[in-house]
Amino acid sequence: MDSFSLLMQGLASAMDPMILLYALIGVTLGTAVGVLPGIGPALTVALLLPVTYGLDPAGSLIMFAGIYYGGMYGGSTTSILLNTPGESASIVTAIEGNRMARQGRGGPALATAAIGSFVAGLIATLMLAFLAPQVVKLALTLGPREYFALMVLAFVTVSATFGDSALRGLTSLFIGLALACVGIDGLTGAARLTYGVPQLMDGIETTTLAVALFAIGEALAVAAMLTPPDGMHKVTGSVSMTRTDWRRSWKAWLRGTFIGFPIGSMPAGGADVASFLSYAAERKLTRHPEEFGKGAIEGVAGPEAANNAAAAGTLVPLLTLGLPTTATAAIMLAGFQQFGLQPGPLLFVMNAELVWTLIASLLIANLMLVVLNLPLIGLWIKLLSIPRPWLYGGILLFATLGTIGVNPSPVELGMLILFGMMGYGMRLYGYPIAPVVVGLILGPMAEQQLRRALSIAQGDWTTLVSTPVSATLLTISAVFLIVPMLMRLRGRGKVLSQVAGDPD
Amino acid sequence: MSQGSFPGRRPPTRSGGAAFIIAAGLAGIAALILVDAAGLKQDGGYAGVGPGDVPRIIAYGLLVLAVLTVISGLKGDLPKPPRQAPAPVLWILGGLGLQLVLLHVVGFVISGAILFAMTARAFGQRPLWKAVAVGLVLALVIYGIFDQLLQLNLPAGPLERLIFRG
Repeated sequence: MDSFSLLMQGLASAMDPMILLYALIGVTLGTAVGVLPGIGPALTVALLLPVTYGLDPAGSLIMFAGIYYGGMYGGSTTSILLNTPGESASIVTAIEGNRMARQGRGGPALATAAIGSFVAGLIATLMLAFLAPQVVKLALTLGPREYFALMVLAFVTVSATFGDSALRGLTSLFIGLALACVGIDGLTGAARLTYGVPQLMDGIETTTLAVALFAIGEALAVAAMLTPPDGMHKVTGSVSMTRTDWRRSWKAWLRGTFIGFPIGSMPAGGADVASFLSYAAERKLTRHPEEFGKGAIEGVAGPEAANNAAAAGTLVPLLTLGLPTTATAAIMLAGFQQFGLQPGPLLFVMNAELVWTLIASLLIANLMLVVLNLPLIGLWIKLLSIPRPWLYGGILLFATLGTIGVNPSPVELGMLILFGMMGYGMRLYGYPIAPVVVGLILGPMAEQQLRRALSIAQGDWTTLVSTPVSATLLTISAVFLIVPMLMRLRGRGKVLSQVAGDPD
Repeated sequence: MSQGSFPGRRPPTRSGGAAFIIAAGLAGIAALILVDAAGLKQDGGYAGVGPGDVPRIIAYGLLVLAVLTVISGLKGDLPKPPRQAPAPVLWILGGLGLQLVLLHVVGFVISGAILFAMTARAFGQRPLWKAVAVGLVLALVIYGIFDQLLQLNLPAGPLERLIFRG
């Protein structure tokens, strides 16, 4: 059956009222956490993992994807009005968007961000639907060594390629990999680094680590800041765009989409990379270069389209290869595993209905989001007026709720505090957070593939480079590791550090 | 906020010192892994790679990173963090610590309310009793939704038993 009819079937199942409800909850929550500073989609999905344990798998996964999409929409609101991005992929939006808000053009900025996100989300989700089956066909020909090489590539791009220091990125990654060693070895059943503590046998909970690093680390870092952040800029005038705004926006939306989707779908960094590249492209192509830095609408339209397209793009490797390339994708993978589903080519065979319902739901979620974000924008702006003590008090209460719900033991809560302090320290010294989470989740999978590949080759390590595919992937990984290092040495690292941040 | 009045406040650690501490931490993790890996049975099977080998590779990686961290610290490459206010950090950690200790004694709602109040205090909320009151209401609502409706098992204390199972 071709993609089109599968997608139509998916749409039919996605119209089920319960599924629609899950999607609505997902996009609403996603927009809210996107708007609120200090919590992003990665954290929210992590918090919801234990809560959804007893719920419908398809519905829960649709909700998670809705949160991811919604976070990309909501993040732009905070960037434009507050100059503090609600999530990392909206950092560039703040550059032009906040300038526009200062000039009283906050309304059109919000509108071009929301419509751009919609256009990009729609096109990119359709591309996902048509590309995924092709990747699945390709993926079926891959063996353990190719998978291992792909994971190495993901490790490198998540940790070392972007950001301002390969050393700090790799350090974060290796901390994650070290934490991943804790627990029962999947192949031999040997207990590693458990020190006789029964709670450690199952390994370190993704929820605990992600919640501690993102929520508690962030709360500590914000609380310890001596200078409070900027005030909010009121939206004055209407949110409708003038004809000039439309004319200047639509090309930027399309360009953003076609920059964002490929970047998201290759294991080459997440939405923040895409939004930065789109901003750079718009600045180069614009007919109004004098406006850039002072509130150019293209500088909002392009990056916002790009980060949504990239979010859809990340679902390609996640669903077809089981390969997460951002923190949110990594936690979504943990969500699949919670329901006994393993993303990868087989998912499209064994759970075809679920996959296509999920993809179709994203189209519907996208429609819900544009409604939620344009006419109802005033509601979301009200969220920003929650006083910070209540906001962070609530975040911490919810953060511990997730861990207590999984396992209310002092050991688990102790780990939460320990990792929370680690997250604070990492923020203090510029260590990225996402590689730790990706390392924890992808580490055991990479180890299994490596040992499986070596088993097949009777312990011959050259097997890892003995097929063209795996050799090429490992070569690309090496290039992605070494070239940025050389760029930084030659003083060109600024470009890379601008793309820094934690890919949500 | 009482940030300025925290006694025994030191000037922020210079990044050189921090680099050594970070490097020592990395080396410490590596050492733990190596000791643990040495105690594992080496049944590599056909792969020739047993349960201790991948951790060992990771430990060697951590050791290399520790050395590089020291070097970058000596060169002054590590970003210097801005001045930090320690009091709010201690309020939050105190709240988390109290929750850990009290969770099974007083239940989710009261320990959660304490955490909420102490976090709010860290962000400048006063007076404390008001934050405790808001925290109690919020924690009760959360308990009602997640424990009663969504069947998440949250530890119950006297207050929960009084309200929900009385």
